[in-house]
Amino acid sequence: MLAREVVASDTVAAADDQIALIERLRSGDEAAFAELVRSHQPAMLRLARGFVASQAVAEEVVQDTWLGVVRGIDRFEGRSSLSTWLFKILVNRAKSAGIREQRHRTARGDADDSELSGGFDAGGAWVTPPDVWAEDAEDRIVAEQLAARAREFLDALPPNQREVVLLRDVEGLTSRDVCEVLGISEGNQRVLLHRGRTRVRDALTAEMRGR
Amino acid sequence: MVCRAAVALMSDYIDGRLSSADTARLEGHLAGCPHCSEYLAQLRVSVIVLGRVSFDSLSDEAVEDLVAVFRQWQAG
Repeated sequence: MLAREVVASDTVAAADDQIALIERLRSGDEAAFAELVRSHQPAMLRLARGFVASQAVAEEVVQDTWLGVVRGIDRFEGRSSLSTWLFKILVNRAKSAGIREQRHRTARGDADDSELSGGFDAGGAWVTPPDVWAEDAEDRIVAEQLAARAREFLDALPPNQREVVLLRDVEGLTSRDVCEVLGISEGNQRVLLHRGRTRVRDALTAEMRGR
Repeated sequence: MVCRAAVALMSDYIDGRLSSADTARLEGHLAGCPHCSEYLAQLRVSVIVLGRVSFDSLSDEAVEDLVAVFRQWQAG
Protein backbone atom coordinates (compact mmCIF):
# COMPACT_ATOMS: atom_id res chain seq x y z
CA MET A 1 0.00 0.00 0.00
CA LEU A 2 1.05 3.58 -0.52
CA ALA A 3 0.23 4.99 2.88
CA ARG A 4 3.11 6.44 4.87
CA GLU A 5 2.89 8.16 8.24
CA VAL A 6 5.37 10.34 10.05
CA VAL A 7 5.10 10.13 13.81
CA ALA A 8 6.59 12.44 16.40
CA SER A 9 9.09 9.84 17.56
CA ASP A 10 10.53 9.79 14.03
CA THR A 11 11.52 13.43 14.47
CA VAL A 12 13.24 12.81 17.81
CA ALA A 13 15.03 9.76 16.46
CA ALA A 14 16.11 11.72 13.40
CA ALA A 15 17.53 14.53 15.56
CA ASP A 16 19.53 12.03 17.62
CA ASP A 17 20.78 10.36 14.43
CA GLN A 18 21.91 13.71 13.13
CA ILE A 19 23.92 14.55 16.26
CA ALA A 20 25.62 11.15 16.01
CA LEU A 21 26.34 11.66 12.31
CA ILE A 22 27.89 15.08 12.84
CA GLU A 23 30.14 13.69 15.55
CA ARG A 24 31.21 10.85 13.29
CA LEU A 25 31.97 13.29 10.47
CA ARG A 26 34.00 15.55 12.75
CA SER A 27 36.04 12.61 13.95
CA GLY A 28 36.94 11.73 10.34
CA ASP A 29 34.67 8.71 9.95
CA GLU A 30 34.95 7.96 6.23
CA ALA A 31 32.01 5.58 6.17
CA ALA A 32 29.81 8.32 7.58
CA PHE A 33 30.99 10.73 4.90
CA ALA A 34 30.47 8.14 2.15
CA GLU A 35 26.92 7.65 3.39
CA LEU A 36 26.33 11.40 3.38
CA VAL A 37 27.59 11.56 -0.21
CA ARG A 38 25.44 8.66 -1.38
CA SER A 39 22.31 9.95 0.24
CA HIS A 40 22.60 13.56 -0.97
CA GLN A 41 24.54 13.61 -4.23
CA PRO A 42 21.69 12.67 -6.58
CA ALA A 43 19.37 15.35 -5.28
CA MET A 44 22.21 17.89 -5.23
CA LEU A 45 22.90 17.25 -8.89
CA ARG A 46 19.21 17.58 -9.72
CA LEU A 47 18.98 20.80 -7.80
CA ALA A 48 22.17 22.31 -9.28
CA ARG A 49 21.03 21.41 -12.77
CA GLY A 50 18.10 23.79 -12.45
CA PHE A 51 20.36 26.80 -11.97
CA VAL A 52 23.06 26.24 -14.58
CA ALA A 53 23.10 25.58 -18.30
CA SER A 54 25.02 22.29 -18.46
CA GLN A 55 25.41 18.99 -16.68
CA ALA A 56 29.17 19.56 -16.53
CA VAL A 57 28.78 22.86 -14.66
CA ALA A 58 26.19 21.25 -12.37
CA GLU A 59 28.73 18.54 -11.51
CA GLU A 60 31.36 21.20 -10.76
CA VAL A 61 28.93 23.02 -8.51
CA VAL A 62 28.23 19.80 -6.62
CA GLN A 63 31.95 19.02 -6.32
CA ASP A 64 32.57 22.54 -5.06
CA THR A 65 29.78 22.11 -2.54
CA TRP A 66 31.36 18.96 -1.14
CA LEU A 67 34.60 20.88 -0.63
CA GLY A 68 32.62 23.46 1.29
CA VAL A 69 30.99 20.74 3.37
CA VAL A 70 34.31 19.06 4.15
CA ARG A 71 35.88 22.36 5.18
CA GLY A 72 32.85 23.60 7.06
CA ILE A 73 31.74 20.57 9.05
CA ASP A 74 33.83 21.51 12.08
CA ARG A 75 32.17 24.91 12.25
CA PHE A 76 28.64 23.64 11.58
CA GLU A 77 26.58 24.65 14.58
CA GLY A 78 23.58 22.43 13.97
CA ARG A 79 21.01 25.22 14.08
CA SER A 80 19.53 23.85 10.87
CA SER A 81 19.56 20.25 9.76
CA LEU A 82 22.66 18.91 8.02
CA SER A 83 20.68 18.50 4.80
CA THR A 84 19.42 22.08 4.91
CA TRP A 85 22.92 23.41 5.52
CA LEU A 86 24.33 21.31 2.69
CA PHE A 87 21.62 22.27 0.19
CA LYS A 88 22.01 25.92 1.12
CA ILE A 89 25.72 25.81 0.28
CA LEU A 90 24.79 24.15 -2.99
CA VAL A 91 22.15 26.70 -3.96
CA ASN A 92 24.52 29.60 -3.21
CA ARG A 93 27.22 28.09 -5.37
CA ALA A 94 24.77 27.15 -8.10
CA LYS A 95 23.35 30.67 -8.23
CA SER A 96 26.87 32.15 -8.48
CA ALA A 97 27.77 29.70 -11.22
CA GLY A 98 24.56 30.51 -13.05
CA ILE A 99 25.29 34.21 -12.90
CA ARG A 100 28.87 33.66 -14.08
CA GLU A 101 27.53 31.72 -17.03
CA GLN A 102 25.44 34.76 -17.83
CA ARG A 103 22.63 32.43 -18.51
CA HIS A 104 19.39 34.03 -19.50
CA ARG A 105 16.84 32.54 -17.16
CA THR A 106 13.53 33.42 -18.68
CA ALA A 107 10.79 31.05 -17.62
CA ARG A 108 12.04 30.08 -14.16
CA GLY A 109 8.72 28.77 -13.05
CA ASP A 110 6.27 31.56 -13.46
CA ALA A 111 4.87 29.74 -16.45
CA ASP A 112 1.20 30.20 -17.07
CA ASP A 113 -0.58 27.48 -15.17
CA SER A 114 -4.06 28.55 -16.05
CA GLU A 115 -4.73 25.67 -18.42
CA LEU A 116 -3.94 23.02 -15.87
CA SER A 117 -6.37 20.40 -14.66
CA GLY A 118 -9.25 20.90 -17.05
CA GLY A 119 -9.88 24.33 -15.71
CA PHE A 120 -12.82 25.92 -14.03
CA ASP A 121 -15.66 27.96 -15.45
CA ALA A 122 -16.46 31.52 -14.49
CA GLY A 123 -18.43 30.28 -11.48
CA GLY A 124 -15.52 28.21 -10.22
CA ALA A 125 -17.03 24.81 -11.09
CA TRP A 126 -15.23 22.07 -13.01
CA VAL A 127 -15.41 22.39 -16.78
CA THR A 128 -14.24 18.80 -17.21
CA PRO A 129 -14.25 16.77 -14.00
CA PRO A 130 -11.07 14.83 -13.26
CA ASP A 131 -10.72 11.26 -14.57
CA VAL A 132 -11.17 8.71 -11.81
CA TRP A 133 -7.92 6.85 -11.17
CA ALA A 134 -6.69 7.39 -7.62
CA GLU A 135 -7.97 4.07 -6.33
CA ASP A 136 -6.41 2.19 -9.26
CA ALA A 137 -3.07 3.78 -8.39
CA GLU A 138 -3.09 2.08 -5.00
CA ASP A 139 -2.38 -1.24 -6.71
CA ARG A 140 1.21 -2.06 -5.84
CA ILE A 141 2.33 -2.75 -9.40
CA VAL A 142 0.76 0.43 -10.72
CA ALA A 143 2.34 2.39 -7.90
CA GLU A 144 5.79 1.10 -8.83
CA GLN A 145 5.28 2.03 -12.46
CA LEU A 146 4.13 5.51 -11.54
CA ALA A 147 7.15 6.02 -9.28
CA ALA A 148 9.43 5.07 -12.19
CA ARG A 149 7.84 7.76 -14.36
CA ALA A 150 7.72 10.36 -11.61
CA ARG A 151 11.37 11.23 -12.12
CA GLU A 152 10.59 12.37 -15.67
CA PHE A 153 7.60 14.36 -14.48
CA LEU A 154 9.80 16.07 -11.91
CA ASP A 155 12.37 16.97 -14.56
CA ALA A 156 9.64 18.42 -16.77
CA LEU A 157 8.57 20.98 -14.16
CA PRO A 158 9.55 24.63 -14.52
CA PRO A 159 12.75 25.15 -12.47
CA ASN A 160 11.21 27.16 -9.62
CA GLN A 161 8.51 24.56 -9.07
CA ARG A 162 10.92 21.65 -9.52
CA GLU A 163 13.25 22.97 -6.80
CA VAL A 164 10.47 23.20 -4.25
CA VAL A 165 8.87 19.86 -5.14
CA LEU A 166 12.30 18.16 -5.12
CA LEU A 167 13.23 19.45 -1.69
CA ARG A 168 9.77 19.09 -0.10
CA ASP A 169 8.20 15.97 -1.56
CA VAL A 170 11.21 14.00 -2.82
CA GLU A 171 13.82 14.86 -0.18
CA GLY A 172 11.37 15.51 2.68
CA LEU A 173 12.70 18.82 3.97
CA THR A 174 10.30 20.94 6.03
CA SER A 175 8.75 24.00 4.44
CA ARG A 176 10.81 26.25 6.73
CA ASP A 177 14.01 24.56 5.64
CA VAL A 178 13.08 24.82 1.98
CA CYS A 179 12.48 28.56 2.36
CA GLU A 180 15.91 28.85 3.97
CA VAL A 181 17.68 26.78 1.32
CA LEU A 182 16.09 28.56 -1.64
CA GLY A 183 15.86 32.03 -0.10
CA ILE A 184 12.14 32.37 -0.81
CA SER A 185 9.17 33.38 1.28
CA GLU A 186 6.72 30.93 2.81
CA GLY A 187 3.94 32.26 0.61
CA ASN A 188 6.01 31.89 -2.55
CA GLN A 189 7.01 28.38 -1.55
CA ARG A 190 3.42 27.30 -1.00
CA VAL A 191 2.31 28.57 -4.39
CA LEU A 192 5.21 26.88 -6.20
CA LEU A 193 4.61 23.62 -4.36
CA HIS A 194 0.92 23.63 -5.21
CA ARG A 195 1.59 24.36 -8.87
CA GLY A 196 4.30 21.72 -9.08
CA ARG A 197 2.16 19.05 -7.45
CA THR A 198 -0.73 19.97 -9.73
CA ARG A 199 1.44 19.50 -12.79
CA VAL A 200 2.65 16.14 -11.53
CA ARG A 201 -0.96 15.13 -10.96
CA ASP A 202 -1.77 16.14 -14.54
CA ALA A 203 1.13 14.05 -15.83
CA LEU A 204 0.00 11.06 -13.77
CA THR A 205 -3.51 11.49 -15.16
CA ALA A 206 -2.17 11.28 -18.71
CA GLU A 207 -0.12 8.25 -17.68
CA MET A 208 -3.12 6.48 -16.18
CA ARG A 209 -5.23 7.34 -19.21
CA GLY A 210 -2.74 5.60 -21.45
CA ARG A 211 -2.89 2.35 -19.52
CA MET B 1 -17.22 27.11 -1.55
CA VAL B 2 -16.69 26.65 -5.28
CA CYS B 3 -14.49 23.86 -6.62
CA ARG B 4 -11.75 26.20 -7.82
CA ALA B 5 -11.39 27.57 -4.28
CA ALA B 6 -11.40 24.04 -2.84
CA VAL B 7 -8.59 22.94 -5.15
CA ALA B 8 -6.55 26.00 -4.20
CA LEU B 9 -6.58 24.84 -0.56
CA MET B 10 -5.70 21.21 -1.21
CA SER B 11 -1.89 21.36 -1.08
CA ASP B 12 -1.96 23.08 2.31
CA TYR B 13 -4.61 20.61 3.48
CA ILE B 14 -2.40 17.65 2.57
CA ASP B 15 0.43 19.27 4.56
CA GLY B 16 -1.81 19.93 7.55
CA ARG B 17 -1.34 23.70 7.24
CA LEU B 18 -4.91 24.91 6.88
CA SER B 19 -6.62 26.85 9.63
CA SER B 20 -9.39 24.92 11.36
CA ALA B 21 -11.92 27.23 9.71
CA ASP B 22 -10.60 26.52 6.20
CA THR B 23 -10.31 22.84 7.03
CA ALA B 24 -13.96 22.73 8.02
CA ARG B 25 -14.99 24.59 4.88
CA LEU B 26 -12.95 22.31 2.63
CA GLU B 27 -14.14 19.12 4.30
CA GLY B 28 -17.71 20.37 4.06
CA HIS B 29 -17.23 20.90 0.33
CA LEU B 30 -15.54 17.51 -0.16
CA ALA B 31 -18.42 15.73 1.56
CA GLY B 32 -20.68 16.86 -1.26
CA CYS B 33 -18.30 16.92 -4.22
CA PRO B 34 -17.02 13.65 -5.71
CA HIS B 35 -14.93 15.53 -8.31
CA CYS B 36 -12.92 17.45 -5.72
CA SER B 37 -12.65 14.36 -3.55
CA GLU B 38 -11.18 12.45 -6.48
CA TYR B 39 -8.83 15.34 -7.27
CA LEU B 40 -7.61 15.43 -3.68
CA ALA B 41 -6.99 11.68 -3.73
CA GLN B 42 -4.97 12.14 -6.91
CA LEU B 43 -2.91 14.93 -5.35
CA ARG B 44 -2.18 12.68 -2.38
CA VAL B 45 -1.05 9.91 -4.74
CA SER B 46 1.16 12.45 -6.54
CA VAL B 47 2.88 13.44 -3.29
CA ILE B 48 3.40 9.80 -2.29
CA VAL B 49 4.75 8.89 -5.73
CA LEU B 50 7.15 11.85 -5.57
CA GLY B 51 8.35 10.58 -2.22
CA ARG B 52 9.38 7.38 -3.93
CA VAL B 53 11.45 9.01 -6.67
CA SER B 54 15.03 7.83 -6.59
CA PHE B 55 17.82 9.14 -8.74
CA ASP B 56 20.82 7.40 -10.28
CA SER B 57 23.25 6.50 -7.57
CA LEU B 58 26.85 7.58 -7.70
CA SER B 59 29.46 5.07 -8.85
CA ASP B 60 31.63 3.61 -6.09
CA GLU B 61 34.61 5.26 -7.74
CA ALA B 62 33.01 8.69 -7.57
CA VAL B 63 32.15 8.19 -3.91
CA GLU B 64 35.74 7.09 -3.22
CA ASP B 65 37.12 10.23 -4.90
CA LEU B 66 35.08 12.39 -2.57
CA VAL B 67 36.04 10.33 0.47
CA ALA B 68 39.68 10.93 -0.53
CA VAL B 69 39.07 14.68 -0.38
CA PHE B 70 37.53 14.21 3.06
CA ARG B 71 40.50 12.12 4.19
CA GLN B 72 43.03 14.70 3.00
CA TRP B 73 41.24 17.52 4.75
CA GLN B 74 41.05 15.56 7.98
CA ALA B 75 44.77 14.78 7.77
CA GLY B 76 45.83 18.35 7.02
